[in-house]
Amino acid sequence: MFDSLSAMIALAQTQGQPLHEIVIAREVEQSGRERQSVWDAMHKRLLVMRQSTEAGIARPVRSLSGISGGNAWRLWQHLEAGYQPITGPILSRAIARAMAVNEVNAGMGCIVATPTAGSAGILPGVLLTLQEAYGFSDEQMVNALFTASGVGAVIARRASISGAAGGCQAETGSAAAMAAAAAVELLGGSPYQSGQAVAITLKNMLGLVCDPVAGLVEVPCVKRNAAGAAQCFIAVDMALAGIESVIPPDEVIDAMARIGRRMDPRFKETAEGGLAATPTGRRLASMIWQRESSEELS
Amino acid sequence: MPGKRRVSAFDIIGPIMVGPSSSHTAGAVRLGRLGRAILGMQPRRAILGLHGSFAQTGRGHGTDRALVAGLLNMTTDDPRIRDSLELARDAGMNVSFRRVDLGEDAHPNSVEMTLSAKEQEIRVVGASVGGGMVEIRAIDQYPIRFTGEHETLLVAAEDRPGTIHAITGLFLEYHLNIAFSRVERRQRGGEAIQIFETDDPIPDDLVEAMEDFYWVRWARHIPRLND
Repeated sequence: MFDSLSAMIALAQTQGQPLHEIVIAREVEQSGRERQSVWDAMHKRLLVMRQSTEAGIARPVRSLSGISGGNAWRLWQHLEAGYQPITGPILSRAIARAMAVNEVNAGMGCIVATPTAGSAGILPGVLLTLQEAYGFSDEQMVNALFTASGVGAVIARRASISGAAGGCQAETGSAAAMAAAAAVELLGGSPYQSGQAVAITLKNMLGLVCDPVAGLVEVPCVKRNAAGAAQCFIAVDMALAGIESVIPPDEVIDAMARIGRRMDPRFKETAEGGLAATPTGRRLASMIWQRESSEELS
Repeated sequence: MPGKRRVSAFDIIGPIMVGPSSSHTAGAVRLGRLGRAILGMQPRRAILGLHGSFAQTGRGHGTDRALVAGLLNMTTDDPRIRDSLELARDAGMNVSFRRVDLGEDAHPNSVEMTLSAKEQEIRVVGASVGGGMVEIRAIDQYPIRFTGEHETLLVAAEDRPGTIHAITGLFLEYHLNIAFSRVERRQRGGEAIQIFETDDPIPDDLVEAMEDFYWVRWARHIPRLND
């Protein structure tokens, strides 16, 4: 893919094409596959994303450990019952869908890692809710996923998309930034504005640590996916209004990389710090671990 | 960063997988599949020794079910992964789990699989090294390393002169290009496991022809992990 967002955006500008076209062309060139086969592979992922949001909203999904689950369904029921959410009708549904995917993930359901399993709720939550609100076609949705993947590839190359390497900023931060670039494009913004939305999203999520209770992809991951969707929406509205990030997108990504490298290992998916190290976090962890050693592994 | 492999759109949007964890779930499914392929058939009995983080958070991540799903030949996106323990029972596969300590040098996400069927038994140690990527680290007493990213042929044979010549001769006969090859042996003049990785599929005939050499104990085709 690309080494920088500036290169990706500049190419879109000189060729007068949207970002997704630039990304699809690069994928076709890099993989040697036909354009249709590349497009179909992304379409398949869109369908799995949609199934995972629906599965988590239709009924309460419990995780294997039992420490999370059912919240996407709970919020959805509340909205269906006529509650007027202060986040508005679009964001509230995006939040519910984002949590739905992560609860399905924790319940051993099928998801698309975007970019990781732990941050898999943000992209489907944001994009499928925009589709519902604005009537975008599936073709537009698949294109939006290519735009998102181009952004994610730059972040993976310059920084990291792994919580173990860069903390939660690298997982939910990257996912939210990817979704922001795609949403700006769907809503008629320019490639430049997509880049600004990436910068604003990541800036607002810098430093976020990865501190999962008992090392499981549940607490706080499910609610962090909801938060990532909200951060994405904030940045998209600003970027579409013409608001710019003082720090350019590639420099923000590089800052995230440096912060990730210097982050204490206790805050990088080791379950030794942050929320995992709270009295309740430790109590839940020892409960799960004792159960594991006494049950099937004994 | 130089040297990093080129990132594809589908490394970022993907894989399609059953959760919750790419390393503890998707990677575990792949390790089970490789174990099954190394045994050469579906095991009747599987003793799965979990090491490190696999033992500590394995059940919460469904590592146990994921490994068994792989032994049943499922891929990472198979919705039946969560029911694999029951499906194994129905299929007549006897599975047991235990905690093992494979030593400090072992990767924290490691499994030791003792698999048997039809009077054959094999010990396979594998590791899930991140993002769903896996490595086989040992077969029986041989330290060994392959990833399943290529088509792989394993040949366990007497360690004697001329074996590689004979084996590569067969590859030539079948017009197969060898991408990588390595020999791992336990002791001089004893037995060796030879690993050949190719870009193209390895035909069954080739594996059978390999086993016709009297000095070959067994040969196994390990299909590329395509999930």
